[in-house]
Amino acid sequence: MVRALTQWFDPWRLLAGAVVALVLVPVGVSLLAFADVDASIWQHLAEFVLPDLLRNTFWLLLGVGLAVTLVGVSLAALVALCEFPGRRWLQWALLLPLAVPAYVNAFVVIDLLDFSGPLQSWLRGSWGITGLPDIRSGWGVVLVLTLSLYPYVYLIARNAFATQGSAALEAAQALGLPPGQGFVRVALPMARPWIAAGLLLALMETLADFGTMAVFNFDTFTTAIYKAWYGMFSLSAAAQLSCFLLLFVLVMVAAEQRSRRGIRYTTVGRASALRRRRLSPLTGVLALGFAMLVLMLAFGLPVVQLLRWSLATALQDLDARYWGFVWHSVLLAVLGAALVVAVALLLAYAARQRPGAWMTWLQRLATLGYAFPGAVLAVGWFIPVAALDAWLAGLGQAWLGVDTNGWLKGTLLVMLLGYLVRFLAVAFGPVGSGLQRLGRHVDEAANSMGVAGWALLLRVHWPALRTSLQTAAVLTFVDIVKEMPITLMTRPFGWDTLAVRIFEMTSEGEWQRAALPALAIVLVALVPMVLLTGQKEQTHG
Amino acid sequence: MAELELCNVTQAYADQRVIDDLSLELQQGDIGCLLGPSGCGKTTLLRCVAGFEAIAGGEIRIGAKPVSRAGWTLAAHARQVGMVFQDYALFTHLSVSENIGFGLHGWSRDARRQRVAQLLELVDLGNLADRQTHQLSGGQQQRVALARALAPRPKLLLMDEPFSNLDVALREQLSAEVRTILKAEGSTSLIVTHDQYEAFALADWVGVMHAGRMAQWDTPYNLYHRPRLRFVADFIGQGTLLPGQVQTGCLIRTELGDLDGMLAGPDGSADGATCAFSGEVDVLLRPDDVVHDDASPMRAEVLHKAFRGAEFLYTLKLPSGQQVLSLVPSHHNHAVGEQIGIQLAADHVVAFRREQNAVV
Repeated sequence: MVRALTQWFDPWRLLAGAVVALVLVPVGVSLLAFADVDASIWQHLAEFVLPDLLRNTFWLLLGVGLAVTLVGVSLAALVALCEFPGRRWLQWALLLPLAVPAYVNAFVVIDLLDFSGPLQSWLRGSWGITGLPDIRSGWGVVLVLTLSLYPYVYLIARNAFATQGSAALEAAQALGLPPGQGFVRVALPMARPWIAAGLLLALMETLADFGTMAVFNFDTFTTAIYKAWYGMFSLSAAAQLSCFLLLFVLVMVAAEQRSRRGIRYTTVGRASALRRRRLSPLTGVLALGFAMLVLMLAFGLPVVQLLRWSLATALQDLDARYWGFVWHSVLLAVLGAALVVAVALLLAYAARQRPGAWMTWLQRLATLGYAFPGAVLAVGWFIPVAALDAWLAGLGQAWLGVDTNGWLKGTLLVMLLGYLVRFLAVAFGPVGSGLQRLGRHVDEAANSMGVAGWALLLRVHWPALRTSLQTAAVLTFVDIVKEMPITLMTRPFGWDTLAVRIFEMTSEGEWQRAALPALAIVLVALVPMVLLTGQKEQTHG
Repeated sequence: MAELELCNVTQAYADQRVIDDLSLELQQGDIGCLLGPSGCGKTTLLRCVAGFEAIAGGEIRIGAKPVSRAGWTLAAHARQVGMVFQDYALFTHLSVSENIGFGLHGWSRDARRQRVAQLLELVDLGNLADRQTHQLSGGQQQRVALARALAPRPKLLLMDEPFSNLDVALREQLSAEVRTILKAEGSTSLIVTHDQYEAFALADWVGVMHAGRMAQWDTPYNLYHRPRLRFVADFIGQGTLLPGQVQTGCLIRTELGDLDGMLAGPDGSADGATCAFSGEVDVLLRPDDVVHDDASPMRAEVLHKAFRGAEFLYTLKLPSGQQVLSLVPSHHNHAVGEQIGIQLAADHVVAFRREQNAVV
């Protein structure tokens, strides 16, 4: 009995359990919201809001899904399986759009392609072409999201093609199939689980996106949650909407898990045996043109436009307030990254100290938060923290006679909890695999040489994990700087960050004045890409 | 008729010559093996034959039809050449029978089904026809890869290190099985391996490659007993080189006695008679050429011994300091440092001219 109890109260298990609880709280809160349905609001939602939201979400997922697959897979195939001028440079450059958040590209694209924008004005003026589709529509949202999300599909599909695609193509060729047919019949179907994984990542980002929808004024669940909270002041309605969004996410995650099963079993061949097919000059130029077009739209144009606008507004906007935004962003991101990496490290150690099926499950649940949209987490953590606050305030008044508006609500606590849940998986990836590489035999080897305890941590684990921790910290830092909905919805009053500034300026239609903070975010987001490529080259050389 | 002919083939990456003026012939139905240390160009040669690499000079002919020349390469899919890849490259999205039937495009449905069934039986996988490839063991995947390559009845079958991903016990069993299967199909095959025992078990002809050149293309027996180059003597099997002097009467005088021998040609191309040469040579002695005999007046000191079950492999030091290897039945258990009696049991040996020392 005692033994069973001590087993249960094992600190490592409790720790992992606590992290899982943190992840599950927002889900529970969203579900509980149905216990308290405000009939009038709910009727309004069901009648006027939900049908639109469902339709919009469906078309958005379909449109982004198709476009992202088409662009991502075709670029991946060109870069991984064909040889043409500029390929080496492109295979890296095509990831650059990851540094441009969709909500940034959104207002650049709107400005360029709007009715009054330069492209349509020129077409009208010089050619008399009118009646182009309105960019502020579902099409525009699909275009923008595709441009910033295709790298997910591209990256994973490229690796799939590069590792097994060429070997499979050669095998098909040895069986009498020309390369083109071999691609359709072998390389593409074999890469399907990977393509699906990339696609689902892109679709989850689509569901979670708030900033782009806000810029386009396109209603989806994330913006509806925001409006329910700030427009109708109904936290419960916001939480109920969260439930619908979570349902979509659940379906996605289930589908992803299914598609991953295929990956686990598939052997990946050696990438070294790769022989790329040389394209003829004409097709090579076409391939280069296609890739450059995507790269221009997704990265070149937004960056150039942001630069132009920033130069125009720099004198006016580069004041003390701007540095305040930067300071808030950096402070939040540093705090958040430290918290997230620390928890990720503890979770990874828990998994190492107590390996087993139980721990695997806890670990999986704990890192599920990356699938929860920020808006859901904001609501899901605000409600319990506010309730705790009210309770504490009541206690304070009853016991101490202190009148207070609450201690926690106005702090960074909710924000940090939201970041923790959302970005734990981002940090856990590098930290977990870093610790995994440090097999248990390493500990035993060190023990046999008389090194144990803190000395083991300092002399063996820390040097081995340092790079992983750095990677995890940088990735989390950047994600927090880019993050919009959690920051926007749960920040203490006056705590404006770069992302919040962008939201405020774009919601007033002041694209130019959103450019400077946007450029800062893009620059910060470029850091991990440069860093990670540098690391890769180091390990190769 | 030669099914595969390579005439003076040369291949290079940038300035690096990978294959250097290499020729070989493989007759219809024969199994050939390319053997050599890693980096000798054997896999590249195989890929040239398959049509995945272009050649810089010479010509490759399959069934008397040219398929590769400098500046011109018949596409791999038009060559009717089957290939088994080192990592098998099975199509993970297809079942076992779909993998095997993949290359049978243009066959009628019935013919296809029959051919697949026939091959499943040949490689003994009849009960696994509908499995997914990831459900198979390594040896089973290997056999699926072989069946898939054989299915379209290729003119030539190529295998790249087919057993390197399998454990040793399975390797031996499979290499014997594969020889049976290839002979049953009557297919002409060229196999790349770095394991000489695998090559000996599989092949009718074995080529030892060295630095992009063909050192010797011969039967396994001749490679072992009649190596033409020091490199081949060294690479194949175990053995030592013992200095000797060619005497009048064509005998070679060594520390262990006079031997009747054959002289390897200076370029390895032809065997020369010993009589045409007089001077210093090195004689190749295999471990089974030196036998233990307590009664023999010739003594040698045991430097090392390795127990091999039925035998000991002794490393012996002769009075002159020269070392030789000797394979001795394991009930003759001598201690290191002991002097034991030995005798030569070689009736015919291969000798290399001494000045070749500098060459190889």
